[in-house]
Amino acid sequence: MSECSDTESAEDEFSITINGQPVRVRGRISVVAALMQANQLVCRQSVTGEARFAVCGMGVCHECRVRINQQPQQLACQTWCEPGMAIVTAEAAL
Amino acid sequence: MKPVTDKLSQHRQFDCELLILGAGPAGLSAAAAASAAGISIILADENAQPGGQIWRGGAAQWRDPRTQPLWQTVQSAANLHCLWQARLVYIERQLALFETPQGPLTVRWNKLLIATGARELLLPFPGWTLPGVMGAGGLQALIKAGMPVRGKRIVVAGSGPLLLAAAMTAKAAGADVLCIAEHQSWSKLAGFLSGLVWTAPKKAWQALVLRWQLRHSPYLSDSRVIAAHGQQALASLTLQQGQQQRQVSCDILACGFGLLPNLEIARQLGCATEAWQGFLRGMVDQQQRSSQPDIWLAGEACGIGGVEQALVQGCIAGLAASGQSQAALSPDLQDQRRAALAFAELLARYFKPDQRLRQLCQPDTLVCRCEDVSKQQLQAFQDWRSAKLQTRLGMGPCQGRFCASACQVLFDWPPADLRPPVFPAKVSTLCALAAEPAPPMSSQTQVADKD
Repeated sequence: MSECSDTESAEDEFSITINGQPVRVRGRISVVAALMQANQLVCRQSVTGEARFAVCGMGVCHECRVRINQQPQQLACQTWCEPGMAIVTAEAAL
Repeated sequence: MKPVTDKLSQHRQFDCELLILGAGPAGLSAAAAASAAGISIILADENAQPGGQIWRGGAAQWRDPRTQPLWQTVQSAANLHCLWQARLVYIERQLALFETPQGPLTVRWNKLLIATGARELLLPFPGWTLPGVMGAGGLQALIKAGMPVRGKRIVVAGSGPLLLAAAMTAKAAGADVLCIAEHQSWSKLAGFLSGLVWTAPKKAWQALVLRWQLRHSPYLSDSRVIAAHGQQALASLTLQQGQQQRQVSCDILACGFGLLPNLEIARQLGCATEAWQGFLRGMVDQQQRSSQPDIWLAGEACGIGGVEQALVQGCIAGLAASGQSQAALSPDLQDQRRAALAFAELLARYFKPDQRLRQLCQPDTLVCRCEDVSKQQLQAFQDWRSAKLQTRLGMGPCQGRFCASACQVLFDWPPADLRPPVFPAKVSTLCALAAEPAPPMSSQTQVADKD
């Protein structure tokens, strides 16, 4: 049985990048989850330059905004990681 | 660069008899009930999977036995179409505009059922904007979306039964739940529990089981976090228990003060709401009809009441909206509805935010997180609107969803309404409205007198 789960986990592992650094991700997880996994507790910079991270987990507070595949202002808590995804965090506020 | 017309050509248009907003327990229950009538139904949700907050995680993760029969019915109904990752940005009579990853989407509807659930009440305190400080429901949602917390030291704080549920989710994911700090007093908690035994004995039992499962994590009453500390992220917090204070080192603080209904859409359409226990709830009759013709409300929009309320109100609303009024008024359903309302009343009575929670916020504490507006910047103003115009309070992406509720508790400012678009939206999404014919004069929204 453990052999089966090893195969499954190897199959659903893939790579993304966070601020240019490669990160291995397994399974269906949100971008916030990947950031926590990589110990990157910052999504954006507030208008006065404070580091901010996810708060409400449901796409309402907008604190978890990151740039994903060049598209800014994406909600990390509501976006699922995909192979090759490029995440950029801590960008200065618009 | 792709021309704008490319985006417009991805504009998908749908028509239906009944549009249901939200695929949590209320929306799913409504969709399943309405589908029997054979009318065309669209069920839309901004998430990629059904379940809302309570049943977050998708069908594969569901453990509640009530989910599968509903989901089976919804999936197999030929007259029911589901739209996922569809975020509503604008709505008017008979037309809804959604933003999706694939581009804009419009739905022409005749009848509308609003089951958009709730969000947390977050109140400001020093350090609450540090990374690592999140809502209690927020922690739960983030864990269910895969956030790793194994071995992390977590303090759960704030007020309400949600704290126990969040603590349990964290514990089950391998976190070290250091304590649960409940603002209310021991006598209030005891009152709530005995009320629960009376109105919802099964829930009372669930509460005791939960408390037992969390027995290694102290459950402190009359306690609150008065400050969170850290440089770039949370490192420790100051916990007040009664008259005493102590420092607690931790990795995550999950802090929330109960739930608030998402009423923005209902109010935009003119549905009457009423003041209830310090906040608002949508006004409905026994068939879940709002004050506006052809609009029904179900679940948390009618006052925070949890999953049982969502299920029965969703069912009643779905039956009523699809012309099955007799079934909607069946004694069995109406009994369940009354029982669910009794639980909602109990929740509101015992966990209503009180004046002491105002004192957590210091002058230099930020109240509006989107625009970094502090309490001292707001003290010069008498009402939400003038504060908003002068400081940008509530003008950020959350459009006041969090700070307006905080300002109600802090300053007694009455609730403010959103203006469309109700969420940040791409210009290309809004352009899709140009492709839709203007609604005829007779269907313009009537603003309810009661407001």
